[in-house]
Amino acid sequence: MARRARTRQLTGAQRLIVLLVFAYLGLILVLPLGAMVIRALEEGPGILLLTLTEPAALQGLLLTLMVAAICVTANGIFGVAGALVLTRHRFLGRRVLDALVDLPLAVSPVMTGLAFLLIFGRGGWLDGPLDLLGLKVTFAVPGLVLATLFVTFPFTLREVAYVLEELGTSEEQAAMTLGASPWQTFWLVTLPNIRFGLGYGIVLTLARALGEFGAVLVVGGAISGRTQTATTFIYNALEERQEAAAYGMALLLAVISVALLVAIEWLKRRRERGE
Amino acid sequence: MGIRVAGLTKHFGEFLAVDNVSLTVESGELVAFLGPSGGGKSTILRIIAGLETADAGTVSFNGQPADHLHPSARGVGFVFQHYALFRHMTVAANIAFGLRVQGASRRRQAERVTELLELMGLTGLGHRYPSQLSGGQRQRVALARALAPEPKVLLLDEPFGAVDAKVREELRHWLRKLHDEVHVTSIFVTHDQEEAFSVADKVMVIHRGRLEQSGTPDEILDHPRTEFVARFIGEANVFETRVQGGAGPVGALRIPVEGIADGTPVCLVVRFYDLKFWRDDQGCARVVRMTTLGDRVKVEAQIDGAGRIFSQFPRRSSLLHGIEPGCRIHIEVTLSRAFMTGTEDGAIETAADC
Repeated sequence: MARRARTRQLTGAQRLIVLLVFAYLGLILVLPLGAMVIRALEEGPGILLLTLTEPAALQGLLLTLMVAAICVTANGIFGVAGALVLTRHRFLGRRVLDALVDLPLAVSPVMTGLAFLLIFGRGGWLDGPLDLLGLKVTFAVPGLVLATLFVTFPFTLREVAYVLEELGTSEEQAAMTLGASPWQTFWLVTLPNIRFGLGYGIVLTLARALGEFGAVLVVGGAISGRTQTATTFIYNALEERQEAAAYGMALLLAVISVALLVAIEWLKRRRERGE
Repeated sequence: MGIRVAGLTKHFGEFLAVDNVSLTVESGELVAFLGPSGGGKSTILRIIAGLETADAGTVSFNGQPADHLHPSARGVGFVFQHYALFRHMTVAANIAFGLRVQGASRRRQAERVTELLELMGLTGLGHRYPSQLSGGQRQRVALARALAPEPKVLLLDEPFGAVDAKVREELRHWLRKLHDEVHVTSIFVTHDQEEAFSVADKVMVIHRGRLEQSGTPDEILDHPRTEFVARFIGEANVFETRVQGGAGPVGALRIPVEGIADGTPVCLVVRFYDLKFWRDDQGCARVVRMTTLGDRVKVEAQIDGAGRIFSQFPRRSSLLHGIEPGCRIHIEVTLSRAFMTGTEDGAIETAADC
């Protein structure tokens, strides 16, 4: 199979369409990002270093990375388990569960934050029991983690489920007839086969977790040094007219995003090749 | 290891895939499940392997019930229709898989892989990935992988369905030769009569979830027990008619039927090789078409007052002497089988000459 489509001579109308698409992409994607990068670099090349040495910024970045790491781990495990349940079993309520998985994609993150406040916040449903246990969720790190988990939940599950569906069950059945236990079948056959889909899901989860703003702002309150994340740091810095700090952090996030984008493209291709 | 299946029934939703099937495969036999697609052959095979659960009935190995056993505990080697090779593993790793999960030593695994690569004519391909092999090679890897843990039973689901005709022929010889060397009890599923008859010791014809007939290839060919087997096996002329004065009238052709009361609806099945045509201007049929099929000639004739009948004769055979399109012929039916419509009684065999 040819991996690269042959380029053909385009007709005039086709050229116009291609041109329009590029102009559109340039306007809404490249221009804003470019402006941001240029503005950040105007502050001097040492701006990234400056950001990494400022305590509040560094704390925000580390907090974001920690939350993202927790989300990748938890949603990685539950995503694979959930995908296996959804694709390999037929049970009552499967369709409902299947639809529910996409809920976080449909709900605005700000609403998510509000919902978590209702449950865990002052006077919320679980406020009493949590108080007794001495646990604080809202305006604290656990709240940020919960909100981000919710927002990033569908990515790994959907990617892995897609690959599992494509894969079918015959290799797993072959492993079973050869004497493999269900656990051996998972580790030796299923997991290696879904690894690129899983990788893709993890990268998407990571990108979403690093960029989450609305939910963590509402649940966490962006308290400097405690619940301020990378994105809420930018927001606060702009509010306080510390533009250099805002652009520095933004540039840093952009650099990470580009790295993730490269990873996404690579994984997507490996996944599509079905290796 | 002998396999016994008793009263097996399986539904997929409303669809009855397997309908009260009982059968026995003796230890060391090579058996073919033969029948049209969607007839339940593969489902029975998968139930024996534990890959599907029956609604009712039991499967036992050497007299021991196996229904509660997980597929991994049945000691069954299974060859899948589309190979189902582990795509992320090399050929050697695929073959070694069964021994690996059993915890066999690396040395034992390597020895067995070398042995099987040689047996399968795959020497030198151990380091390749399945995607780098041809269809026939993949099928042999699948067979080697299934044989590696020394299963007591080998089950093959349409094993040669996905390869081209020439490779299929080659693989059939392989399977037969392999069975003569290894003697593992084997069942393979096929919809190809030639395949079933040329490879198997015993053929079981399965249709609409039921076991129609079980026997050696000769028994099935010469003594079909049901209308379906008579129609499905070999090329046959089929006539639906009612018995009238000890014969089944098919237009001007009267085929004797013994022991069936007048007025009974019957189905008469006549194999092409149980027919002779003679040129005869007073005959009851007219040749309408002659087609050369390689070394044979197919002759189709129109029976007066009924439908068509066909036969085949070797090219240049004296049996074709004088027969040409448009001529009238006399038909001799050397053997006909009558099945009473809607009953399960065996065939009533008679001959006719008219």
